[in-house]
This record gives sequence, structure tokens and C-alpha cells, in this order.
Amino acid sequence: MYPDNYLYTKNHEWIAVEESIGTVGITDHAQHELGDIVYLELPEAGQRFDANDVLGTVESVKAVSEIYCPVSGEVVEVNGALTEHPETINSEPHGAAWMVKLKLSNPDELGALMSSTDYQKFVSAGGH
Amino acid sequence: MTQQDSALRRTPLYAAHLRSGARMVPFGGWEMPVQYSGVLEEHHAVRRACGLFDVSHMGEIELRGPDSLKLLLRLCANDAGRLEDGQVQYSALTTPEGTIVDDLLVYSRRRPEHYLLCVNASNTSKDFDWIQKHLEGEVDAFDRSPDFAQLAIQGPQAEAVLQQVLDASDWLGGLRLDALASYHFYERARGGLQAIVSRTGYTGEDGFEVYLSPELAEELWNSLLELGKPLGLLACGLGARDTLRLEAKLCLYGNDIDETTSVVEAGIGWILRFEERGDFFGRERLEREKPVKGRPERHPARLLVGFEMQGREIARHGYPVRLGGEQVDQVRSGAPGPSIGKNIGLAYLPWQQRRTGTAIEIEVRGRPARAQVVETPFYRRPRS
Repeated sequence: MYPDNYLYTKNHEWIAVEESIGTVGITDHAQHELGDIVYLELPEAGQRFDANDVLGTVESVKAVSEIYCPVSGEVVEVNGALTEHPETINSEPHGAAWMVKLKLSNPDELGALMSSTDYQKFVSAGGH
Repeated sequence: MTQQDSALRRTPLYAAHLRSGARMVPFGGWEMPVQYSGVLEEHHAVRRACGLFDVSHMGEIELRGPDSLKLLLRLCANDAGRLEDGQVQYSALTTPEGTIVDDLLVYSRRRPEHYLLCVNASNTSKDFDWIQKHLEGEVDAFDRSPDFAQLAIQGPQAEAVLQQVLDASDWLGGLRLDALASYHFYERARGGLQAIVSRTGYTGEDGFEVYLSPELAEELWNSLLELGKPLGLLACGLGARDTLRLEAKLCLYGNDIDETTSVVEAGIGWILRFEERGDFFGRERLEREKPVKGRPERHPARLLVGFEMQGREIARHGYPVRLGGEQVDQVRSGAPGPSIGKNIGLAYLPWQQRRTGTAIEIEVRGRPARAQVVETPFYRRPRS
């Protein structure tokens, strides 16, 4: 369910790292908790974020939820098409609904994130 | 009966909701289903086929005694004297300032001595205390909420579904829904059990609200799910209930209306009747506010209007509303409108700025998002 080669945060974001670029999205658990997603706001390429900064906003019919940046970096690519079809987050949270690509400024920060096994346990225990 | 403040109350259908996979949330002191299969799917099911809602949390207050009608004529904005037995009207309990204690349905069971009021879950105690405080003459009020569960069946297939269920029932058979006009009701009693079937609802679709003894609720719920499924019926929660009522521009107490909003300001001045009745709470102010041809000075200071967002942002309850750079209100209700493909909301604007087309700004996360005043209801069901 949760790809082995991704790393996960307590706020239910995932990051897939290749060399110094991390692709970021939110997890299946997050989309399930939110329900039908109707709105997504993402940053622009060139913006820099520290770990745990607010990266964007996702909204379901009933709720507004913030997306946090898993590790520090600069946004190099944004999935603009996703903001026009935010419902893709519900159907393909780990694939087509990737949100941004970051150029990592401090890869050591990845050590603080969870493996897929740990994340699965975290979710099974309630995900808080 | 006493209840711990922190403990949420559960309707007779709580177990049924869990079996159906409902996500439960606190609402007005109750633990209620917010969604089952998904808010959007449920919303669309109501507009296209049929939705089934547990609304047992609503309150029911009974008035008994020859002076019941007199009391209603004094406490409510609408004229209950116009009701025949078997008829319902939408009304409001008003303060002496013409503001809203609660909005409600008034059922005439036996004029002038027996009425049933259906009130909001969050206001049941408040309304009961208010009525008790203002009792006059030969009338008594009773909180009958524990004696009634309530289900709503809403949508173009509602009549077909409910008729099948009634036909399959041993004691509700014989009720013909095709003969039941809008805002009218049937009632049945047998042994200690009772049921009221009214052609009313909170979605903007055709539909029914069934009040019945709690011990009958689960069987009716299951029967509706089973017989309704082939016709497209889905169980629906409070999430869809809110998007449906907002599209139909039906007020939600606590959001759109409260004790600071007058009946006319709230856009429900159509319920007011002034002729052939005596004084009622708020009459003086409401008569001054209700627009009348030839009397341009008669208007409220502000009006609850509908607006549509121009971008993708969603307006939510509490977001600042600006007109010409000045904050004039907060969003009262705001959400996506799934049947119209636009994000919509309600807010109070000064009377002079109420017209459709007026440009306003909603502050969303610190930034202005453009919106404009539109005609309401936002959604109108196609006439067949």
C-alpha cells in the first residue's frame, strides 16, 4: 500500500527521493481522512521552504488542511494540472497526484522521516 | 433524563450507521453521520435519485390546549391560523426585536388545540424554555423529542421509494403519497406507536420527512435502504445535507440566522403575515422592515444574499467579506456547490448593495478572492 521507496511524515506527506530531487505528495491515509477533495493550492517554482513549513493547502468539501514540507528545499517543479483536477488526489495519491518536486538543501533531514513499514504502523495506531 | 455534558447523544440508528460505514462526528450535542460513501456522491444521489438521512436529532415540541393557536400567533412570524389540519408551515420563533430564536416547522394536528413543532437540534432546550416562559391561557408545551425518531427521504425517486416501503408495511399501508401535497402530512397511530409523513425537506428536492416512534426507526431505515437501492437510493450524511440546503438557499441556524438577525434581513420575510392577526413578537420592527410597493423607506438595513466565487477558492464560514475595501460581514455559510459547479456562500450586505452583480471580496487565507452577488436559490430543480 505505501511504496517502500518513499519516506513519510507524521502529517501524512510522502517524499520520493532520487539523487537530490524529492517528489512530494500526500498519502492515501490523508486523502481518505479528508474525503472528496475539491481544492488544491500549491506554491510556485523557485520558492524555498524549510522542513515543516506550510507548502500548500488542500480542501475537501468540509475541511481545510495544510500540506507541510517534509524537508528543506527549493521548489523546482509544480504539478499545475493537479490544481485543476484535485480529485486525482483521492484516486492516485501516491502517483499521478504528486504535488511538487524539491531540490533538497539538506538531505540529512530525510533521516527524521518514517519508512513505509513505520508509517504503516503509525497509521494502524491511529495516525496521530 | 440527565445527560453528561461531555457525552454525545446517539439516535436509534447509531448501530445502523456504523454498519453502513458512516463516519461519525459531533453535531449539536449528537454523534451523527457526516458521510457514508462520500459527500459528493451522496449529494448527487439526492438530486438524481434519492437520499436517506437520519435526522432524529431534530427536536419536537407539542402544544396542547385551546389556546395553542393563540400562543403560536403571538410567538411566531408566520400565521398558524392559516393552517388546516394536515398542513405544515415554515416559521420562526421571534424575539421582541424581530430577530430569530429558531426557525421551525409548525404542524397543525387539530386546530386550534394541538400542534407539533419541529425545531433545530441545537435549539431544542432553548426553544422549549422560551415557549414555557411565554405560555398564556389554556395551553401546555411538551418536549416530545425522545418520542420521535426522524428520517428524511429526498430526491426525484423519493415518492416511488417511500410508497413501496409504506405498501410493504402492515400499519402504514394505504397512505397514498401521490395524494399528499407539498407542506401537508399524514399521521397514523396504533397502540402506543405513531408516525407522521410530511412532504417537506431541507434539500430543494421533492421529498418526505417521516417522524416515528424510535422503536420503528431501524426497521424503516433498513427497508428504505433495501427497497430504495434499485432506484439509486443512498444513505446520506450531514456533509451532503449541508451542500444540498446551501444550494437551495435554506438557512442554517447559528450560521445564517440567529438572535441578531431579523426575519426580514435573513431573506425569509415571505413568512410574515400581518393582516387579520394581533400583535406578535417583533411585529413592529418587522413591519417597518418588510419592503412594500410605494413605501421605499420600508426595508431592512441589510440583507442575506447569495454569492458565487469567481476563482477556485472556497469561501468558508467566518471568512471576512469586503465591499469597496471595507469589511461588511463574515461569510455565514460557504461551500462548494456540486450541482452547479461553483463555490457559493451567503453573507449579509447593506441593503443598498444587495443587487445581483455586486462585486465583493472574500478573504481566504489572508488574500482577497473575488466573488459576486447572484440570484438565489443557487440551484432550482427542473420542473417536470
